[in-house]
Amino acid sequence: MTVTVYVPNDSGALALGAGRIAAAIDKEAQKRGLDIKLVRNGSRGMFWLEPLVEVETSEGRIGYGPVQSKDISGLFDADFLNGGTHALEVGPIDEIPYFKNQQRLTFARIGLTDPISLDDYLAYDGYRGLKNALAMSGADIVRHVTDSGLRGRGGAAFPTGIKWNTVLNTPSEQKYIICNADEGDSGTFSDRMVMEGDPFVLIEGMTIAGLAVGATQGYIYLRVEYPHAHRALNTAIAKAYAAGYLGDNIQGSGKKFDLEVRLGAGAYICGEETSLMESLEGKRGLVRFKPPLPAISGLFGKPTIVNNVISLASVPIILDKGGEYYRDFGMGRSRGTLPIQLAGNIKYPGLVELAFGLTLRELLYEYGRGSASGRPIKAVQVGGPLGAYLPESQFDTPLDYEAFAAIWAVVGHGGIVVFDDTVDMAEMARYSMEFCAIESCGKCTPCRIGSTRGEEVIKDIIAGRDLHKNIPLLRDLCDTLLNGSLCALGGMTPYPVLSALNHFPEDFGITEQASAA
Amino acid sequence: MTETVSTQSTVKEITRALKHKPGALLPILHDIQHALGYIPADSIPVIASELQLSRAEVHGVISFYHYFRETPPGKQTIHLCRAESCQAMGSKKLEEHVKAKLSIDYHETTPDGKFSLEPVYCLGMCSCSPSMQIGNDVYGRVSNESFDSVIDEREALS
Repeated sequence: MTVTVYVPNDSGALALGAGRIAAAIDKEAQKRGLDIKLVRNGSRGMFWLEPLVEVETSEGRIGYGPVQSKDISGLFDADFLNGGTHALEVGPIDEIPYFKNQQRLTFARIGLTDPISLDDYLAYDGYRGLKNALAMSGADIVRHVTDSGLRGRGGAAFPTGIKWNTVLNTPSEQKYIICNADEGDSGTFSDRMVMEGDPFVLIEGMTIAGLAVGATQGYIYLRVEYPHAHRALNTAIAKAYAAGYLGDNIQGSGKKFDLEVRLGAGAYICGEETSLMESLEGKRGLVRFKPPLPAISGLFGKPTIVNNVISLASVPIILDKGGEYYRDFGMGRSRGTLPIQLAGNIKYPGLVELAFGLTLRELLYEYGRGSASGRPIKAVQVGGPLGAYLPESQFDTPLDYEAFAAIWAVVGHGGIVVFDDTVDMAEMARYSMEFCAIESCGKCTPCRIGSTRGEEVIKDIIAGRDLHKNIPLLRDLCDTLLNGSLCALGGMTPYPVLSALNHFPEDFGITEQASAA
Repeated sequence: MTETVSTQSTVKEITRALKHKPGALLPILHDIQHALGYIPADSIPVIASELQLSRAEVHGVISFYHYFRETPPGKQTIHLCRAESCQAMGSKKLEEHVKAKLSIDYHETTPDGKFSLEPVYCLGMCSCSPSMQIGNDVYGRVSNESFDSVIDEREALS
């Protein structure tokens, strides 16, 4: 009997040797004359177990990990193909609390299926949302998205339904759907996991968006640092065209939607939507003034939806199960689920999709199990390089857009980077200014000049020079960046800088009294 | 001379094949860099004339994006992540080691032309920091030792 063995093709797993493991298992099975079917699935998101090998048995899928090349022959000796006992065995995957306790809506298929198999996608509820959408008017599709309470998962948390409604009601012979896949925030990888682990869900979400607002062309603006996602998307798009899920006549409906992947070129700023559109138009990624809103005058001056990967990948389940189903998850005005990414110095790093509302402490200690180094956690940065650093005293904050705003922090794209007590927060603040200087598009003065001056001032502070002058100077500069920048790069760099200064003044060589000056 | 001619014809071929796409400049630059390893200065007038742009506009776009390069890279380019998650897992020490092992700084190429070193701000492998990428190959939880063995292995291949 053929045994199905799963070895992830997710680049996080590949980075830990999954490619070698898959080849070695195949070779060993042939050597032993055993009949296996090797499936390259997405990752389950439990990266401390990667490469995580799964075997389909009568008891469900049994996992072994982290598997190294030297373990392969021992696994065969232990009859792992029949779920045999081995030191690396982790039991049924579905029973691992880290996985079992999640509420996977957007990530429902990831890790279960072969990502580039359309048959798998259809067998696991794929394209049910599109089927419903094809029977609806554009306004009804938009209403479902509005009812779901979905807010932009890229970081700005703008209500998706309102954006779609604006595009729907702006007449134009040409409209566009853009997927912002320029996931450049450190500590985030959920977009990458979706594109590598379930590319069809993004394609379906974009197709539904096109049907909703009458757009016939979509672009996925993908960062060049993601070659594996690029390959998976292009493979899936070709299959979707071949099966009539993209093109001139979607599933015989007479409706048209074309989709193309475009690569970025290593500019962080192109994750900002107006800069991204400039880049797609073939220009330098300079940020545009708003208004006009992209929903009214976006790509090539036409009405354009720009949504993050996770926002668009959440649309199919909303159209499949209805806006209310999605809305029933979450708290306050943060509805649905958020794929949270635990990264940096954490024992159990990975992807945890949960309804909004869990506290940072629960995530860091119940899911993440504390730091990887075993030392106390000193700070976490939530929401990427423009997110605030939070000290232990704020770990009871629930993951909720408004609760974070209330403590001058952001949820952003849901990435959490953990630092132990060896981190120097003044150095992290300096790095934030350096990063802003490297990535600034240069259009507005506060960001272009302020970031360089900011790094200089922090260097002076680190050197202990004139703190009584330089601390107020840094605060003043941050105030200018915060209020005078054109976009979030300059406008939010003060978040990591000032939060580091406010919560960890001792790292800047000052007493709390001086920091308040 | 022959090399220049063939480079020019590659540039022309790529530009003509893609110039009808909306917003064609980035796809053209990507294909040129993919084919040649970099974007030679003498390709700028060709692209500019085909797309009816000024040379300054084309140069402006090339210089804006970190990924595009105007000089030939080494045979293999190492992209080492400098972002926060990797810093939290010791990437600064790794960075020192990498620079010492290769005897080059960022944006430089080893004298034997085998390796170039470029910083990158997040590879999206923050669940296995510190990380790096060489071509399409990705590496996680990179230590000084594992870096050395990767380089030794790749050096033997190049």
